[in-house]
Amino acid sequence: MSSEKNNLKNSSYTDSSYETIIGLETHVELATNTKMFCGCALSFGAEPNSKTCPVCLGMPGTLPVINKRAVEFAVKIAIALHCKINSYSIFHRKNYFYPDMPKNYQISQYDYPLGSSGYLDVNMGDYTRRIGITRVHMEEDTGKLIHTGSSGRISESDSSIVDFNRAGTPLIEIVTEPDIKSPAEAKEYLVALRTLLLYLDVSDCSMEQGSLRCDANISIKKAGSQGMGVKTEIKNLNSFRFLQRGLEYEEQRQAALIENGEKVMQQTRHYDHITDSTKALRSKEEAHDYRYFPDPDLVPVFMDDDMVEGIKSSIPELPSAKIERYKSGFGLPEADSRFLASDKNTAAYFESCAALCKKDRLKSVSNWIIGDFTALLNKASISISSAKIKPSGLCSLIDMIESGKISIRSAKSVFEEMFNSGKEPQEIVKGKDMEQISDGSVLEKIIDDVINKNPSVVEQYKSGKEKAIGFLIGQVMAATKGKANPALVNEILIKRLKLNP
Amino acid sequence: MRLNFLPAYELKNMLQKREISSEDIASQCLKATERLQGKLNAYIYFDKEHMLSQARAADAYLKEICGSFNKKDGKYFDFTGIPVAVKDNICTKDIKTTCASKILSDYVPVYDATVIQRLKSQKYVLSGKLNMDEFAMGSSNENSAFGPVKNPWDTERVPGGSSGGPAAAVAAGLVPCSLGSDTGGSIRQPASLCGVVGLKPTYGLVSRYGLVAFASSLDQIGPITRNVTDSANLLSAICGWDEYDSTSINGGLHDYCQFLYDNIKGLKIGVPQELMSGGVDAAIKESVNGVLKLAESMGAVVEMTSLPSFEYALSVYYIIAPSEASSNLSRFDGVRYGYRNRDATSLRSMYRSTRAEGFGPEVKRRIMIGTYCLSSGYYDAYYEKAQRVRTLIINDFKKAFGKYDVLISPSSPTTAFKIGEKSDDPLSMYMSDICTIPVNLAGLPAISIPSGLSENNLPIGVQIIADTLREDLIFKTAYSLEKAINFNKLPVHLYEQ
Ligand SMILES: [Zn+2]
Repeated sequence: MSSEKNNLKNSSYTDSSYETIIGLETHVELATNTKMFCGCALSFGAEPNSKTCPVCLGMPGTLPVINKRAVEFAVKIAIALHCKINSYSIFHRKNYFYPDMPKNYQISQYDYPLGSSGYLDVNMGDYTRRIGITRVHMEEDTGKLIHTGSSGRISESDSSIVDFNRAGTPLIEIVTEPDIKSPAEAKEYLVALRTLLLYLDVSDCSMEQGSLRCDANISIKKAGSQGMGVKTEIKNLNSFRFLQRGLEYEEQRQAALIENGEKVMQQTRHYDHITDSTKALRSKEEAHDYRYFPDPDLVPVFMDDDMVEGIKSSIPELPSAKIERYKSGFGLPEADSRFLASDKNTAAYFESCAALCKKDRLKSVSNWIIGDFTALLNKASISISSAKIKPSGLCSLIDMIESGKISIRSAKSVFEEMFNSGKEPQEIVKGKDMEQISDGSVLEKIIDDVINKNPSVVEQYKSGKEKAIGFLIGQVMAATKGKANPALVNEILIKRLKLNP
Repeated sequence: MRLNFLPAYELKNMLQKREISSEDIASQCLKATERLQGKLNAYIYFDKEHMLSQARAADAYLKEICGSFNKKDGKYFDFTGIPVAVKDNICTKDIKTTCASKILSDYVPVYDATVIQRLKSQKYVLSGKLNMDEFAMGSSNENSAFGPVKNPWDTERVPGGSSGGPAAAVAAGLVPCSLGSDTGGSIRQPASLCGVVGLKPTYGLVSRYGLVAFASSLDQIGPITRNVTDSANLLSAICGWDEYDSTSINGGLHDYCQFLYDNIKGLKIGVPQELMSGGVDAAIKESVNGVLKLAESMGAVVEMTSLPSFEYALSVYYIIAPSEASSNLSRFDGVRYGYRNRDATSLRSMYRSTRAEGFGPEVKRRIMIGTYCLSSGYYDAYYEKAQRVRTLIINDFKKAFGKYDVLISPSSPTTAFKIGEKSDDPLSMYMSDICTIPVNLAGLPAISIPSGLSENNLPIGVQIIADTLREDLIFKTAYSLEKAINFNKLPVHLYEQ
């Protein structure tokens, strides 16, 4: 290990000298009510082995029965990823011995997956990468092993215990083509995929709890060279950041090997976020022969056009369509549209506002959501859907600003109070005497007073130093304790200064 | 009167008329079992008190509904109070289910197989769990961790397998009927060797939920009885769609008694020449020909025919069945239930020693064959190819059933052989199922009924095969021929000492 680390220092990987090829395999636990092949409830954190039955425990004589809802969810995902929905798909058995697998085979799909040949467009800011989806298939999850002893490592424990609550949870595997060209693209792909899955409402997509898991295959080769480099598979990439970091490390590691004239071994490697490095788990020679064969206990899944259409019609508007609509329908800039559509709840919130607001105020709505609102939500770490500010409140606030009732500056503090208390903006403004002075005759008096008191500044302005007006505005604001409508003050000031000989 | 030798349907009539009680039947079956268990070793488990208490509960129920017998109301059933013995690979809740294997020697299921639930709803009496070849792998019942079963007609001979216990128990009058399972002939071949009636239903007609899987695409539970009527009744009791078995057929018939009539006039019978060839004992061919003559005399039309793909059936079977078995049996690893080598010091050594010690030699042989056939690089040459040839066999049957109502053949190429005679020669043992295996590969229904005794007083069986879900033709033909053959023989000499 240490030699690898040292090698990294001398690594000459740069963006231009090598090309990186990455493919991702993502596992998504579906949020169905019951497991993939039995009637057990799905649950996270329940008493170990309390959500089990003879079927998911692999008791002798038991048989699997396909969960129709899981198939629907899988079709939804495949459609959203522009896959071809195969009218005939079957389940295979993937045979290998491990104690977290009750039957010592996993029911999965092999050469007849549910969906194939799709893609996902990933926005990288200045370009869009279309990433091919090789396949979307269904399978069942395993149980969880817990190794006794303080370290929790298998090699140091006296015994291991198994919790089969997770065994049989419906799982979708989404495999990409090797179309991903950088760790950053890999990360953005996973972000976009997660957004899509949350829109479809098929999984809670928690990387922390393992309901969204990702393995990566990566190889590099000298820029412009033919063929493919030797790839390694990286496991344990259980956050967006770790996915990117693990791949960046691996790029460097492989480059260092090549630079030193060594060979990259085809192997499976484990990412350790504490050392921020990967280490070898097993090599290709030790790879399993899974002895796939069609599961004779299950019948094929037939999908006709009507079924696919039925499921298609239940799919909500997806982020890509929303972005287009926000741009062309609402006239929002690309960046705003992307931000608002990047989260299902944010988009829903924005659209509720859009139903209440005039179209020309939607950019303000967007500004508030992207700016102050998101900052406060992040600080409180809550979702927009549970925020106390209702869309009607935000729209009223914007109305008050636009009609000059309150200044932007006071609006910011009103907004914060709305966020904390859930009160309507009118109520807050009244209670605090924050209403903006937009009455011209009131302001004129104050402005004249300021002009009279600052003849030298007025002189400077007249001699061409237009910046000097800022000081005068500041004086008016100070005199009104910030309540003067700044636009109006500006307008009257200029008029007055021009009139004044 | 020996109740244990009476057909189930007669016992039912007597119970209905209150001439006897279920406890009377149970007592006589128990008496016979206690007397012959040592000689035959048919049961792995039976419990006198448990059986009697079930019988008393059935009697109480019968008393309660006495006078209001009305089958349509679902109140009175064919198997209320009737003892049924069950092969030990069918799960019975709270009662050991061993598959005659050391690896499951103490295994107690937490649930009932669907067939058991259905019989329980009729208030049947479980007489016990029957011996078999380990995990239903064998044709002689010599592969049992609990010792071989003896043929009631000659206790030096095998009863056939793998349902040797179910066939021997019924033949010897320990119980009127039993449930076996048939993957390549495991009901029909022992029924034939023991002189009883064994039916393998259409694949999917009877739920496999709770049948410990050997080869999932071939396994099927079916009745072993002493007559065709009981066979039809027992099938009616256990068949039908089951939401717990995805391969179960939705829409089968549920009352097979209606097909028990004596008329095969005009019935078209095909005789596959491949199953009447040199490999079959002359005495058996003679007996089958006798049955065919009877059929002709009753107005049936008999013709020799050919199903050329039968030649490959045995090879196909010994790829597909072990392949599926190697995967099905991988769950027996000592982790969750069953035998575990407790001295093992690592996971891998625990797996290895548990399975090395828990499985018998024939089971290991088939796991190895299956693992090999599914291995990458061999899959296409073996498993994939076998599946393609399986399709040829299915097509041959389809063609035949375009011409014939039923096919008739021997059930087994030989009569019961001596214990130990073939146990060192797996290939010659595998030949025992040559007549029955094609039927499983095509998922068809077939029955074996006794056609006579050989010179040395051993039973011979004749097999009747029909197209998918044509159990009606099976029962009609079997019922008519049963009457005409009038076999009517039991190994009663067992009781003479
Ligand atoms: Zn379950």
